[in-house]
Amino acid sequence: MTPRTTAAIAARVLTQLRRDHRTLAIMLVLPCLLISLLWWMFDDLPGDNFDRLGPGLLAMFPFIVMFLVTSVTTLRERSGGTLERLLAMPMGKLDFLLGYAVAFGVVAAVQSAAAVALSVGLLDLTIAGPVWLLTVVAVADAVLGSALGLFVSAFARTEFQAVQFMPALVIPQILLCGLFVPRSALPDVLEAVSDVLPLSYAVDAMQHLTRSTSTAEVWGDLAVVAGYAVAGLALGAATLRRRSA
Amino acid sequence: MMKNAVEATALVVERGGREVLHGLDLTVEAGRVTGLLGPSGCGKSTLMRVLVGVQAGVLGSVTVLGQPAGSRTLRDRVGYVTQAPSVYDDLTVRENLAFFARVLGVDRAEADRCVEVVDLGDQADQVVGSLSGGQRSRASLAVALLGSPGLLVLDEPTVGLDPVLREDLWATFHRLADEGAAVLVSSHVMDEAERCDRLLLMREGVFIAAGTPREIAEQAGAPDIERAFLAIVRGRAA
Ligand SMILES: Nc1ncnc2c1ncn2[C@@H]1O[C@H](COP(=O)(O)OP(=O)(O)OP(=O)(O)O)[C@@H](O)[C@H]1O
Ligand SMILES: [Mg+2]
Repeated sequence: MTPRTTAAIAARVLTQLRRDHRTLAIMLVLPCLLISLLWWMFDDLPGDNFDRLGPGLLAMFPFIVMFLVTSVTTLRERSGGTLERLLAMPMGKLDFLLGYAVAFGVVAAVQSAAAVALSVGLLDLTIAGPVWLLTVVAVADAVLGSALGLFVSAFARTEFQAVQFMPALVIPQILLCGLFVPRSALPDVLEAVSDVLPLSYAVDAMQHLTRSTSTAEVWGDLAVVAGYAVAGLALGAATLRRRSA
Repeated sequence: MMKNAVEATALVVERGGREVLHGLDLTVEAGRVTGLLGPSGCGKSTLMRVLVGVQAGVLGSVTVLGQPAGSRTLRDRVGYVTQAPSVYDDLTVRENLAFFARVLGVDRAEADRCVEVVDLGDQADQVVGSLSGGQRSRASLAVALLGSPGLLVLDEPTVGLDPVLREDLWATFHRLADEGAAVLVSSHVMDEAERCDRLLLMREGVFIAAGTPREIAEQAGAPDIERAFLAIVRGRAA
């Protein structure tokens, strides 16, 4: 692994994204629109529903979007021959994975900065803790999504299949992350399952930041999310074989 | 200077539970253009993947530039063009070259030089997706030329190109060979045989002839390689 190659890959992925205006617009604008929709839904209702659900949504976007984008783009590299060419070159497998993770981490930072600014500035989401930490959680989340996307791209033959992994791997995490039913109120088995799903920790971290000024727990949750991201990248590296059948 | 860029003995490859290369012995010489010819599905791409070190299930000994094929130290000394053009459609020619140049650790000037070698100077700032098929495969070829590798492995680089362009590319291959590189070019079109210094004729995972185009034609008593190929195949069947 060399920083030069990692940086080359990250820069290339960002250039490709910059060229794809539509995807870029969707990645940056869609989260803002959906957050606004959520705010609007609860606008006429009493209570603090938006404050309760908004942070969870902020944690979910980077995860889902990066999962999809990464699984499709790396699948394209696998089937298009560019990955084979890179593997025949002096590129470390980790260079490839980290390059992607860095590029999408950057995009996620911009994406969540926009979503957070909108939520806090215009939609009156109350955040007790430091707002910048919200963005850090979002970036960790995005890297996690990228790592999982890289991993599943090894098991999909087509882009269509890759997209199908999303309901399988992502929706259960959304259902169990505590947004619909507080995790402590879930049946024991489901609570145990939600305890091992990384998105639960990202949502916990976001919700904690809205309620409290203490950050110790947030860092704990962040460490778990980061741990899963690293594990995902390691799994992804294991699926990248220099020699294939 | 080493004479043989590639030396392989008893090379066997299994793909998907089936043996597709059945004990090949071959050499590819430096300073020459070697043609790997054979019908579709005979194993040309598989052999090339072995040489660049991305094929699994390889038995036998394969030495490339004095080291076992696929060695880490070979990765910037072997240029490879996959059968489908492997460049990024959404980047310009120059951006593609600059990216691969950074991965290989060679400078921008070298990237620009390779764009010129394949004659894409006028298209350098065009996105690859908007190039014609032939221009796209030349962009892919340019990447393989980065850093002047000692062995060039080119999988059907001239397929689908017009005659003028093919002529140009073959001239380029010979120039690279004259500069000392070993150039291995595959094709399933027999009329490209005459352009090679040396030929490896392949069928169903074995070599049925090796030598200069003239030697092979003479031995088979045929006027050209296409008919020599058929004569050898019929001779074996009989
Ligand atoms: N991924 C794979 N898994 C299993 N078998 C494969 C795989 N790829 C190719 N084969 C088989 O290996 C054999 C050789 O294939 P190869 O691609 O090397 O042929 P080729 O000579 O390059 O053909 P073409 O001129 O059409 O490119 C074929 O019988 C093919 O079906
Ligand atoms: Mg082939």
